[in-house]
Amino acid sequence: MVDRQSFQHLGSRPSRQDAADKVTGQARYGADFFLPNMLVGKVLRSPYAHARIIRIDTSSALTLPGVEAVVTADDFPELPAGGIGDLARDNLAQGKVLYHGHGVAAVAARSLTIAEAALALIEVEYEVLTPVMSIDEALAEGAPLLHDDLTPAGSDPAEDVKPSNICVKAELIVGNVEQGFAEADCIVEGSFTTPTVHQGYIEPASCVARYDGDGQSMIWTCTQGHFSVRDSTARILGLNSSQIRVIPAEVGGAFGGKLAIYLEAIALLLSRKSGKPVKMTMTRQETFQVGGPGAATQTRIKIGATKDGKITAMQAFLAYEAGAFSGSPLGGGVRSMFTAYDVENVCIEGIGVVVNKPKVRAYRGPGVPQAVFGSESLMNELAAQLGIDPIEFRLQNAIKEGVTAINGRAFHEIGLVACLQAARESPHYQSTLAANQGRGVAVGFWGGGGNNSSASISMNFDGSAAVATGSVDLSGTRTSLAMMAAETLGLPMERVSTSVADTESIGFTASSAGSRTIIATGMAVVQAAENVIETMKQRAASGWNVTVEQVAWESGVARNTVTNEEMTVQEICRTSPQTGGPITGQSSLNAAPGRGPTFAVHICDVKVDAETGQTNLVRYTTVQDVGTAIHPSLVEGQMQGGAVQGIGWALNEEYVYDRDGVLENPTFLDYRIPLASDLPMIETIIVEVPNRSHPFGVRGAGEVPIIPPLAAVGSAVADAIDAPIRSLPCSPVNVLQAINEKG
Amino acid sequence: MSNKDPGAVTIYDPQDSSSVLADLGRTGTSRRNFIKGIIAAGATVSAGSMLPAMSSYAQSAAAGTVERLISLNINGTVRRVDVLPQETLAMTLRYKLGLTGTKFGCDRGECGACTVLIDDVANYSCSTLTHTMRGRKITTIEGLQAANGDLHPVQQAFVDELGPQCGFCTPGQIMSAVALLKANPKPSREEARLALSGNLCRCGAYDHYLNSVMRAAEGGLT
Repeated sequence: MVDRQSFQHLGSRPSRQDAADKVTGQARYGADFFLPNMLVGKVLRSPYAHARIIRIDTSSALTLPGVEAVVTADDFPELPAGGIGDLARDNLAQGKVLYHGHGVAAVAARSLTIAEAALALIEVEYEVLTPVMSIDEALAEGAPLLHDDLTPAGSDPAEDVKPSNICVKAELIVGNVEQGFAEADCIVEGSFTTPTVHQGYIEPASCVARYDGDGQSMIWTCTQGHFSVRDSTARILGLNSSQIRVIPAEVGGAFGGKLAIYLEAIALLLSRKSGKPVKMTMTRQETFQVGGPGAATQTRIKIGATKDGKITAMQAFLAYEAGAFSGSPLGGGVRSMFTAYDVENVCIEGIGVVVNKPKVRAYRGPGVPQAVFGSESLMNELAAQLGIDPIEFRLQNAIKEGVTAINGRAFHEIGLVACLQAARESPHYQSTLAANQGRGVAVGFWGGGGNNSSASISMNFDGSAAVATGSVDLSGTRTSLAMMAAETLGLPMERVSTSVADTESIGFTASSAGSRTIIATGMAVVQAAENVIETMKQRAASGWNVTVEQVAWESGVARNTVTNEEMTVQEICRTSPQTGGPITGQSSLNAAPGRGPTFAVHICDVKVDAETGQTNLVRYTTVQDVGTAIHPSLVEGQMQGGAVQGIGWALNEEYVYDRDGVLENPTFLDYRIPLASDLPMIETIIVEVPNRSHPFGVRGAGEVPIIPPLAAVGSAVADAIDAPIRSLPCSPVNVLQAINEKG
Repeated sequence: MSNKDPGAVTIYDPQDSSSVLADLGRTGTSRRNFIKGIIAAGATVSAGSMLPAMSSYAQSAAAGTVERLISLNINGTVRRVDVLPQETLAMTLRYKLGLTGTKFGCDRGECGACTVLIDDVANYSCSTLTHTMRGRKITTIEGLQAANGDLHPVQQAFVDELGPQCGFCTPGQIMSAVALLKANPKPSREEARLALSGNLCRCGAYDHYLNSVMRAAEGGLT
């Protein structure tokens, strides 16, 4: 466990640095930027899920007074298939529209009303094609192909693979599952489905772009990664990255949904054509139709164990929808679904499949909750059949330090066993259930993010410190990073400021995603602070006429080990103009992925009305190993937030398409995310097993809490109705069906 | 006006003598007729706007509709603003009056990010027509702070309890909390939970928000 005594700041709960801005309405989100002469851009979107574009006529729109530019995919430079080309074609369709809401053309006009009127004047002739709306339809013999030349990534070019709707295949094989199942006394298996879901961020995508052909174009946008926006936009438009500067806005929720670009390249193109800044903001309807959702899945899973509770084999076949273009979070499921267990025989095979839905994008713990819904549901069923307590069963098979997990990694100290023990001993798990109630438990694993990060620290002459990083702050990370800087430098929190630097002001930093910010950017901040300390020691040494080795550094004070003289940070900084100029420290690094393996255990109690199928949450507890909780309140916020999103996924949320592939519920009224009144207090138990790969022992906190809820809620419902849950959401209709199928 | 492109956006700016007022002086046209005239020509105008860049995002006129100058009591100040018959309060606040603390999450009365107080009652400003606000008292998130800049007790409680996560829904949550505490100064946690249920928070920060509301209730509003 973490030694709290040694920390001055870590583990405390200071106010957030952005708190005042956020409670007064001063914080500037994507839609809060305005420039003189700014035009409004809007996208014409396809009414069809699958159609060939025969003709686009924009001439009438262009003659409407107040319209200043119209663009189509033809205005993008030619780009190859896959990667950046697919991203461009997802922004504006080329040749074919591949989902309801797919962009076809865009206009910039002097007002929103004129822009919308102009869209109505664009004539598009379509040849409507049969939409492919599910994995089954995509894989059916003779299924319509979304892309004529699509073959699975990783296919052997020597093999003559026929084009299909399969965009990727993956497998992970350890040991021999046939042999493992032969050794089992008890085997459970099941087929599971999860629906398309949306990240549901409340702030729709929004940006302002100002093209400057001679100098540098500017983009203000709400994104998880402004460097990624810059580079994607530059590549789509055939510019150098240095020709675009991106200013990150505050972000009104993202959860993976604001990694890809939707509007920025179009807005910059419209700005180039019109010669004026262009602002684009999605409506809520567009956000659901277009803003890449989380993948729907079909899985088949099988687990075997001996009668005394030793798992002998785990097997899965996973199919993930990719949406309209290649790229699904299949890898997340494959790498993570069974990794919590020490098992010798594992076989996971999976495919990604293109369908006529928006391109799926990351959604918190991408790909893992869907696979774990099935695997952890079956773990509960297997425990029940063996007559073993579900937490005991997991404890018996839990992966431990030093054991090579099925993802090929031997973990250092990890907190799975500690989390399971804490869950078992929690007041919640010790409590008893009332009538019509059920309980489910589930385990989640996330490898932890790494990737490129940059930080700089500029010491002010009064001894305060300005910390800048390239990491967008989605949830309070500026404050946690400031705490790490203050801890390292030995400064009080009120003398450390933090900011998110734009793309010109700091080294490349990967997007805020995958629970990487506090790990990788945190490492960069600590390194930058150590570099600052080194410089301050040198300045002090030169003043004292000693070598730098003769200067000791103890919590913000340099000490001359020869004379025992001391200099504080303030004194060193105040005199820095005379000792060599301003003191700064930088760090750019690439942290290896998987640096912060983290586990969570969730316990869920529900009450089910057997007549209506209505499920109500009664009690919910999350237990999570976070390594070191830098700011426990923010960590608890992550744990609760991930759980709440997972609960919504389990109980209510799904995309509903009609038979023509038209999205029928692109509104918060019909796509129902949890309200305050839907939820009990989400109880949190923080477990701290420090991560030796991080200077302060941090593990990521954001992803893993969304992984267990699907199975925890599903299993609780199954327990309440005494019938298995195989399909999400646990809506009244689906729960009634499960009750009826039980007979 | 004849030398102007009929599609041009004309911005009325009282500081700019070269614009509308100067034209009016020459032609003797009443201001209202002038506005009607250019709207009929398919142009937009936000005659009350001091924020021309913002106003392009506000709703503009459908054929035959006219902006009317009305007085709005917003955050204790009477603001004169030209509004269209179909213009929503959220549009007026954000894009004509520069009060961007009021957020759009759905623009159809589902998410609560645009919540403001109308006569101390929480309302969705995206579902409120501005012209119906004559004689009403409107409070937005920008109007909560004391004259000396001190945070409102509810704002301070949201800071102290680390209420916001991403912060986008926070102005709306705070306005709902203020409305609750004005009507019911000592709510139970369950009452607070219901009062905040018209405000979606996708970060799932509900427990933090409820802690904030309960702390504010404990301290009292004054």
